[in-house]
Amino acid sequence: MKYYNKLIFEISKPGRVGYSLPQSDFGNYSLADLPQTLRRETPAELPEVSELDVVRHYTNVSNKNFGVETGFYPLGSCTMKYNPKINEEMAAMPAFTTLHPRQSEESVQGALRLYYELAQALAEISGLAEFTLNPFAGAHGELTGLMLMRQYHIKRGDLKRTKVIVPDSAHGTNPASAAVCGLEIVEVPSTPEGTIDVAKLEPLLDDTIAGIMMTNPNTLGIFEKEIPQIAKLVHGCGGLLYYDGANLNPLLGRCRPGDMGFDIMHINLHKTFSTPHGGGGPGSGPVGVAAALVDYLPRPRVVKHGDRYAVEGGADSLGSVSGFFGNFGVMMRAYAYILSLGKEQIKHVGELATLNANYVKESLKDCYYLPIEGICKHEFVFDGLLDKSTGVTTLDVAKRLLDYGYHAPTIYFPLLFHQSIMIEPTETESKETLDEFIEAMRTVAREAIDDPEMVKSAPHVTPVRRLDETTAAKNPILRFKDLNY
Amino acid sequence: MSTVLDGLYYSESHEWLKVEGEFGYIGITDYAQHQLGSVVYVDLPEVDDELNQGEEFGAVESVKAASDLLSPISGTVVEINEALEDKPELLNEDAFNNWICKVTISDPEELKNLMDAEAYKAICE
Repeated sequence: MKYYNKLIFEISKPGRVGYSLPQSDFGNYSLADLPQTLRRETPAELPEVSELDVVRHYTNVSNKNFGVETGFYPLGSCTMKYNPKINEEMAAMPAFTTLHPRQSEESVQGALRLYYELAQALAEISGLAEFTLNPFAGAHGELTGLMLMRQYHIKRGDLKRTKVIVPDSAHGTNPASAAVCGLEIVEVPSTPEGTIDVAKLEPLLDDTIAGIMMTNPNTLGIFEKEIPQIAKLVHGCGGLLYYDGANLNPLLGRCRPGDMGFDIMHINLHKTFSTPHGGGGPGSGPVGVAAALVDYLPRPRVVKHGDRYAVEGGADSLGSVSGFFGNFGVMMRAYAYILSLGKEQIKHVGELATLNANYVKESLKDCYYLPIEGICKHEFVFDGLLDKSTGVTTLDVAKRLLDYGYHAPTIYFPLLFHQSIMIEPTETESKETLDEFIEAMRTVAREAIDDPEMVKSAPHVTPVRRLDETTAAKNPILRFKDLNY
Repeated sequence: MSTVLDGLYYSESHEWLKVEGEFGYIGITDYAQHQLGSVVYVDLPEVDDELNQGEEFGAVESVKAASDLLSPISGTVVEINEALEDKPELLNEDAFNNWICKVTISDPEELKNLMDAEAYKAICE
C-alpha cells in the first residue's frame, strides 16, 4: 500500500455498508413532514464502503502526511516547534471539552479563569497592558490590531490618519491586513544590513500616518536595532507602533515589545506557544495593547472582580471580531505550555532557537549564499546556492530535500532576494538532527554541481513527482467529479 | 542571460516603455519574466485609468510570487492587451512583443527619469 493513491469515492461499491444504525429515538418522525423546499431531490452521493475500507483508506492517506512528528520541518517564519503531549492531555479534559459557550458565567468560572490567566501571562511576557484572545489566527490578529489603531485615532477625532507604514521585508499579511482595514500602505525600504532605513522613514512621517507595522526580529532574522529611535519618531508624529508577533520566539522572557515602545501587537499561539498548526489551522492570534487602548478591545472581554470572573462588553469597544471567545482549545494548549515551562525555563526558548539557527547558518554558508552576514536570531535567509552557474534554483533545492525526508524550508520569501531560502530550525531540535540536515543540504549543493539535471527533476522518491504548478494555478481541479483520467 | 532591446526606455522596477508619437506601450522586461517564473495571471488596468509614474497600475502573478506593476510613465490608458487575460504565459514567451497597456503620455519630460538599454543592462547584471 506504499503507493496507495485513491480517493474514498474511488473505492466505493454500490450496496456496500460499513455501519448499522440503532433504533431511532424519535418515534414516528418522518422526512415527509419536512417542507418540500427543505427536502433534497436525490439521495446524497456518499461513498459506500466497509469499515475496514475506511480504516485502511485513512491510515494509508495519513501515512503520506508530513509533520513535526514525522521529521525536521525548518519552515521559516512558521516556528514549527514540537508541541509537547501534555498540551494535548490538558486540552482533552472533559471538564473543558464539554463546555458550551452559552453557559452561564457561574457555571464556567474555570474556563474564564484560564482565559484571564493566559491573557495575563501574555501581557507579562509582552510588556503590554491587556490582551484579547478572541482573534482566530495571526492575520485575523493583525486586522484586529489595525482596527484598534483606527479606533484609537477615530475616538480622538483625528480622521486624517489613513496610512500605515510597512517595511519591504514585512510578511505579506501586513499590507494585506492594512488594505482590508481600509488603510493605505506606504513602504519603507531596508538598509543593506536588512533593517529599517531610518533616514528613509523620517520623511514619510506626518499627520496622515496612523502607525507603522514592524516585525522584530524581522523576516531576515535580524534584530531591529533602531527601535527606540523609530518609536520616538513615529510617536512624535502622532502614530502608533504595531508589533507583528510572528517572530516573538527568540525574545521570550528576554525582552518585551511593550518596553520597546510598541502600542499594539499580535501573538501567534500556534507558533511561539507550541500549539499544532499547518494544513490551515486552527490557529489563535491574541492581540495585546498598551494602557491607552484597553477600552477599545473587542467584545466579549473576560474581567476579574474579586475572586470571580465575568464577561463584559465595553461602550468604546470596536465590537466583536469572532464567534464567542475565539479558538478556546488552542488557548488551553498555550496555557499548558507556558505553565509547564515557567518563568525561568521560558528564557531558554529563544537562546536555543537562536543558537540552532546560527549553527545551521554558519555550517552552510560555504555552499549557500548568505546575503546578510552576522549573528541572526531564530531564523535566517540564504539567497540560493553559492554556485549559480549550474542553473539549479532554490525551488530545485527545496524539491530535492523532500527526497532526503525533510520538509522544505520557506522559499522565495522574503521578496528582498530572488532566490530566498528561509530556514528556522526552532529550539526543539537536537544537534544530531541539525547535523543530519546540514549534511543533506551539503549533499544537494554537491549534486547541483555533479548532476544538475537530476536535481532539477527532483523529487524522485516521493509518492508524487514534481507537480506542474503553472497548470495547477491556471486550471485547478477542485472536485473529484472534474477529474478526468 | 536576459535580453535587453535597444530603443526602449526602462524603469528600475523592470518595466519597459516604447514611445510612438504621443503614445507609449508598457510591458515587463525579459529579465523580469525570467525572475518571476511561469506567469499565471496578469491583473490588467482598465481603459481610461490614469497612471502615475512610479505608481502601481496592475500586477503579475507567477507560481513564485505576485508582483505589482509600476508605471514607467504618467498617462491615460487607451488600450489594454486583452490576449494576456487568457494567455498570461505570453509574457514568458516574449516579454518585449507582448505589451500590457497602451497609454497617451501626459508629460514627455518624465522620460528623463527612465534608463536606456545600456544603463538597464548594467542593473540586470
